[in-house]
Amino acid sequence: MAALPPGALAGNATRPGQHTWLHALVRWLFIATSLGFLAAVLLAPLATVFAMALAKGVDAYLYSFSDPDTAAAIRLTLLTAAVVVPINTVFGLAAAWAIAKFEFRGKSVLITLIDLPLAISPVISGMVFVLLFGLHGWFGLWLQEHDISIVFALPGIMLATMFVTFPYVARELIPLMQQLGNDEEEAAITLGAGGWMTFFRVTLPKVRWGLVYGMVLCNARAMGEFGAVSVVSGHIRGLTNTMPLHIEILYNEYNFVGAFAVASLLTLLAAVTLMVKTLVERTGYRRR
Amino acid sequence: MSFRQPSVLPGFGLTFGFTTFFLSAIVLLPLAALVIAAGSMHLTDLVRVVFSARALGSYRLSFGASLLAASINLVFGFIIAWTLTRYEFPGRKLIDALIDMPFALPTAVSGIALTTVFAQHGWIGRYLEPLGIKVAYTWLGVTLALTLISMPFAVRAVQPALLEVRRELEEAAETLGAGRFTVFRRIILPTVLPALLTGFTLAFARAVGEYGSVIFIAGNLPMKTEITPLLIVIHLEEFDYQGAAALGVVMLTISFAMLLTINLLQAWGRRRHVRAAH
Repeated sequence: MAALPPGALAGNATRPGQHTWLHALVRWLFIATSLGFLAAVLLAPLATVFAMALAKGVDAYLYSFSDPDTAAAIRLTLLTAAVVVPINTVFGLAAAWAIAKFEFRGKSVLITLIDLPLAISPVISGMVFVLLFGLHGWFGLWLQEHDISIVFALPGIMLATMFVTFPYVARELIPLMQQLGNDEEEAAITLGAGGWMTFFRVTLPKVRWGLVYGMVLCNARAMGEFGAVSVVSGHIRGLTNTMPLHIEILYNEYNFVGAFAVASLLTLLAAVTLMVKTLVERTGYRRR
Repeated sequence: MSFRQPSVLPGFGLTFGFTTFFLSAIVLLPLAALVIAAGSMHLTDLVRVVFSARALGSYRLSFGASLLAASINLVFGFIIAWTLTRYEFPGRKLIDALIDMPFALPTAVSGIALTTVFAQHGWIGRYLEPLGIKVAYTWLGVTLALTLISMPFAVRAVQPALLEVRRELEEAAETLGAGRFTVFRRIILPTVLPALLTGFTLAFARAVGEYGSVIFIAGNLPMKTEITPLLIVIHLEEFDYQGAAALGVVMLTISFAMLLTINLLQAWGRRRHVRAAH
């Protein structure tokens, strides 16, 4: 103890001198390493998207959206998200109600199965639908006889997107509803409210931020999915090309302004997603 | 015990029924089709596809690059999480929000942007080229893409654990004469170890299956820069559904093993946490 300078035990501000500069050095090194790493792998690519999109000027950038195939890709992506997100939202609400409000056997298995698509390669998520509905697949002949196309057509794209975005709403709502408990719902039912009324007037307002959070993530993944959709789409320009697939086609044709112009829209979407996420977290709703 | 415990709340039949039906139709039935398609192959064919030289080469790249990416994220994920939880600096909140960017950004966008930055004449590639380091169209590029897309998993797994480290323990140790390194090894590391390993596994699991960002930067040469998911797509494009399904089952098995590992690691972390609280 005698070796310590006076005041060493008083607190943070009066640590031994050598520790103070060591702390400062470590602090500086950590911040510099973090920022350097993020700048190289994250910020530089993000900046490149806009630099490449605007490389030939604003006019060329805007002109690239007048390409009918690009416009069709944007429409298809919006349509897919407009169908998939509401369906998965309804599913997420139903799953969360069943899992959070009731105790039953096999619950943890059910939760694991709902999370399954997150652990599976997107290529496999697309492939399973080719195996089922492709020309050489299980239902291929029957579908062909009845002139129904699922793979290489709109339904396949929707199914594959639904598969990969399946867990997003449910996995936000389940822990939130479990944490909030059943007391208010039970009170409402005991006082004579119906099931639907209890859901809309009691439960939904309580979980609304978690719901928004899950839907925003679900939407981002639905609009941006590449691997799964790539396998089932058939890449028919103007017909089954979503925005991410259209980026690949334009990029491989060396149409960099066009490719990065579409990419810039998806980057802005990602930025908006993160902003909504940050705003929702600021309301007090926190990710686990 | 009956199947479910009684409750005054209505709607179990409706919501449970809809959940299991929808789950079966969209997820379980299609996955069963995959397993059955691979299972209907002759054993010799199955072995030929799964252990072909090209498949083995793709596993080596997919697993090697994913392991490397997860290890890079183990180190940098910890450093970034530490910086974000322990230090105040201008722009900290913005950086914190940006960590999730690779998660929100479509993989095709990450792919073309990374390739452009690290190509021969790109912003960073032009400085690596004279050093003899080629990133784009090599295994290094694959590792880089996998590092980017799995980075949020590593950072977000460690951040909450770092917040739980008891600062008063650190300070007590320091006043008792422990050096910074001892404090790190004896107090911080034991607390965040389960989270670090969970982050590593999550990052690895995400990286192994990745397709979109890799195919742009990889070069996609068989045996050299061809990942397993791409090999599956090539089988599908040749209408070799069974071959694709066989490789798919290999990857699916690995995903299950990863899921199991993650669950075990998280249970371990919770047990340690409970013990520490008592």
